[in-house]
This record gives sequence, structure tokens and C-alpha cells, in this order.
Amino acid sequence: MIPAAFEYARASSVEEASNLLSKFGEDAKVLAGGHSLIPLMRLRLAQPSALVDINGLKDLDHIKEDGRKLRVGALTRHVTIQNSSTVKEKLPLLAEIAGEVGDNQVRNMGTMGGVIAHADAAGDYPTLALMLDADIVTNQRTIPANEFFKDLFTTALAPDEIVTEVVFPVATGAHKYVKFRRRLFDWAIVGVAAQKMNGGWRIGLTNVGPTPVRATAVEEALHKGAQPEEAAQHASDELDPAGDLRASPEYKKHLARVLTKRAINQAEGRQ
Amino acid sequence: MAPAERRLEGIRSMKHKVATTVNGRRHEHEVEPRLLLVHHLRDNLGLTGTHIGCDTSQCGACTILVDGKAVKSCTMFAVQAEGKSLTTIEGMAKDGELHPIQQAFWDEHGLQCGYCTPGFIMAAAYLLAQNPNPTEDEIRKGLEGNLCRCTGYVNIVKAVQTAAKTMSTAPARKTTVAAGGN
Ligand SMILES: Cc1cc2nc3c(=O)[nH]c(=O)nc-3n(C[C@H](O)[C@H](O)[C@H](O)COP(=O)(O)OP(=O)(O)OC[C@H]3O[C@@H](n4cnc5c(N)ncnc54)[C@H](O)[C@@H]3O)c2cc1C
Ligand code: FES
Ligand code: FES
Repeated sequence: MIPAAFEYARASSVEEASNLLSKFGEDAKVLAGGHSLIPLMRLRLAQPSALVDINGLKDLDHIKEDGRKLRVGALTRHVTIQNSSTVKEKLPLLAEIAGEVGDNQVRNMGTMGGVIAHADAAGDYPTLALMLDADIVTNQRTIPANEFFKDLFTTALAPDEIVTEVVFPVATGAHKYVKFRRRLFDWAIVGVAAQKMNGGWRIGLTNVGPTPVRATAVEEALHKGAQPEEAAQHASDELDPAGDLRASPEYKKHLARVLTKRAINQAEGRQ
Repeated sequence: MAPAERRLEGIRSMKHKVATTVNGRRHEHEVEPRLLLVHHLRDNLGLTGTHIGCDTSQCGACTILVDGKAVKSCTMFAVQAEGKSLTTIEGMAKDGELHPIQQAFWDEHGLQCGYCTPGFIMAAAYLLAQNPNPTEDEIRKGLEGNLCRCTGYVNIVKAVQTAAKTMSTAPARKTTVAAGGN
């Protein structure tokens, strides 16, 4: 289908982008990689009055190591994250996840900031951001990930606020993202990320609720010395997932437990 | 339509200039922002080799190269192609001679109805530029963004393997394909 008409403007700085958003009003949107927004516009599920194209803002396309932090610019494409030697060295789990987002064509366009701002329940980076206590930096402030994702497709961002960077901690320990799906390029039916960090585990779940979930009960059980199999039983403790075309709520809870066990085991090199 | 609404419609349909180089030739057009790149190629430039197979950015039939990177041209607005260099399936054959990837699809029966083929060939061109000697698994993973409803993929994989062989022995044929992310 052909998207509804909209005004279009290219921004040449973050400040200009923010001013354009204010000028165009609440129905205006940022256009980054376009790989969530344009499909929605083609189905007319989204009809923004105006798009502010930020693809020219090259200073938002960066990966920087900053002490114990890894700063990823909002406009950094999935393909860049996947192949970055800095990411592979400082937060290999992020490189692994980026390589599993969509397909080659999607990864050539889609961006870190786009996934974070779009806040799809099946988005992969939000899980990592939440479980690692990442910070979402905008043109106005810094928002901790655990205050950023509010609901399905709903974040703490104001209408004229632009994500500029996502700041992750460096984590180089055992890690794994297990993404369960029917076809390679699909979104996760359920995904589980496991990262060993500061002597403990961080466990995050994708697509088992309106926002990403940190499985603290699993983390605590592991901390108290439970075996992965036993700890993973807690992955569905407080979950209340919505069913969708591919999976019922019960099946998603089952997957959360099974994949959590797999993620921990595979992170540690067992099958 | 109320006058205010009509005025807004007018502003939103206002045309923007888009200058591109497509298969080595420069084009300049005035387009509405909502025009998808694939429609621009097909309707304004008459390059109908790039197909549209879905409404959901999943099938890859519309794959082209934008500055050397494989992109689904249905998921980009034409205005975003300003200043970019594009390669479509029409840019692959040179001087009446098929590109080795096209030849390999022919030789290996990499198609049945052919609807998905232009997209597969462009995705394969990108894949082989990144990785000239892919394994079968790497080929399947590299083509994950393209769907074929006819072949079952086996002959498509064979075609890419054959193309990889011919391209590594034959003198280099230049399609401008990027060397990938950094
Ligand atoms: C076939 C297919 C498969 C996919 N599979 C996956 C998958 O498995 N996992 C996954 O995570 N994603 C997947 N995606 C989505 C893809 O990763 C998108 O690229 C991503 O969700 C959105 O990023 P974008 O840069 O394309 O943003 P856009 O589509 O341009 O924007 C999305 C939303 O975020 C807003 N936005 C974008 N950037 C900013 C910013 N810097 N500041 C404020 N607001 C901003 C926009 O206004 C818009 O509302 C898939 C997409 C397709 C087409
Ligand atoms: S037409 Fe299906 S992905 Fe573009
Ligand atoms: S040959 Fe018919 S869709 Fe692929």
C-alpha cells in the first residue's frame, strides 16, 4: 500500500531535528533506518504528519569505548554493530544480538536508536539495555533503561526528544542470546539473553510482555548456587505474556524456562 | 475536505528533488516524500526488473544495492536516495553478457516462476562481495531476507556456489558493492 502523505525534512544537526519536531507538532516522527516505521506506514498503521530524516547526522553513527562503558550512537546500523571489533571485544553479546536482528538488508538500514525508541516487545536491544542497566542518552537528558520502557511501543521519550546514544557497560564474561523463531529473519517468538558480569548473572527476556523483562528471580537463584535447570524454572515466575499468532501465553512461559536454561548452559559452553 | 485540511494535503504532497545515479546513469526527478524507492524505480525510471512481492518488508523481491549495500527498496523513500548510487538487476549484465550470478541462476535452474529472482541476484551480489567463498550455511544465512515460493532454495544455493566459483576464477567484473560495515 502507499503511505499517507507527510511533510519531509532533512535535519543537519540534532538541535535542528528537535526544532523541526516541535515545529511540525506531535504527529511528527523521526525517520532513522525506517525499518519499523515504513512498514507501519505502508500498512497505514502509522500516519505521521511529518518525518524528520536524521540519516545525515553522521556524529550519531559511532561506537566508542569510554572506560568501562561502550557508547553506541543512535544512528549506528545493526551491520556496523555486528562487525565492530570494539563491540566484539567489549560487549560481545551485543555483536551477537546485532547479527541476529532481521536479515542482511534489515541490518544494513536499521539502527540502535530506532529499535530502542520504537520499543517493540520483540525488539532485541531493549532486553540487553534493561538487563545490563544501560543508559539511554537523549538531546535533553540521560534515562536509565529501567525507567525508559513504559509499555508496548511506549517509552519515556517526549515528542521532540531524540535518542543520541545508548551507553552499555563493558561485559566480557560468558554470554549467549537464544532467539527462538520459525524462520531465520523472524522476530523472536521468545528470546533469552544471559551475561555473566561482576561475578553474577544477568538474564533478560524478549517478547514475554509489553516491555522487556529482567529475570531477577533466576539471577538470584543462580547467585544462591542453583543449577541452571533449577534456576531457569523461575524464568516464568511473574510473567503474564500476551498470546500472539505464533505462541499462546502458556507456550511463551514454557519457552522462557527452556530457553533460559539453554542460554546459561550455552554461555558456559555446554549444550 | 475543509480548506485547512486541503492546505495541509498540499504541503504534504509538495515535491522534493531527488538526484540519483542508477546503473551508472544520472537521473533527476521531483517526487512526493511518500513515494517508495521501488515505485520510483519502476514507475518513474521504467526499471521494472525490481519486483514488489509483499507489503511487509519481508520478501526481498525489491532488493537493490544502495551505495553497494543490499537494501529492500520498498522500505526506503525515494527522497532518501538523494545523492546515492543505485544498482538494480538491469545494471548487472554488461554489453549483452549476463553477470556470472545471472548465468549461474540460469545454469543451475535457480528459478521457476522467476518473480523472486532479481531480488535474490542482488542479495547474492552483496553476499559474494562480503564473502567471496561462502559455505552453504553462510549462503543460506546471507539470503535469509529473500523468500522464494517455488524452488525450495536448493538450486538457488547451488547457483550462488557456482557463481562464487566463476567469479573467483574469471577476471573481476565490477559491480559496485560495499565492503560492508566497519
Ligand atoms: C523483516 C524485518 C525483520 C526484523 N526483525 C527484527 C528483529 O528480529 N529484532 C529487532 O529488534 N528488530 C527487527 N526488525 C526491526 C528493525 O530492527 C528496525 O530497524 C528497528 O526496529 C527500528 O529501527 P530503525 O532505525 O529502522 O527506525 P525507524 O523505523 O526509522 O523508526 C522507528 C521508530 O523510532 C523512532 N526513532 C528512530 N530513531 C530515533 C531516535 N534516534 N530518537 C527518537 N526516536 C527515534 C521513529 O520516529 C519511529 O517511531 C525487523 C524489521 C524487518 C523489516
Ligand atoms: S517487496 Fe517484499 S520486501 Fe520489499
Ligand atoms: S522462483 Fe517463483 S518465487 Fe522464486
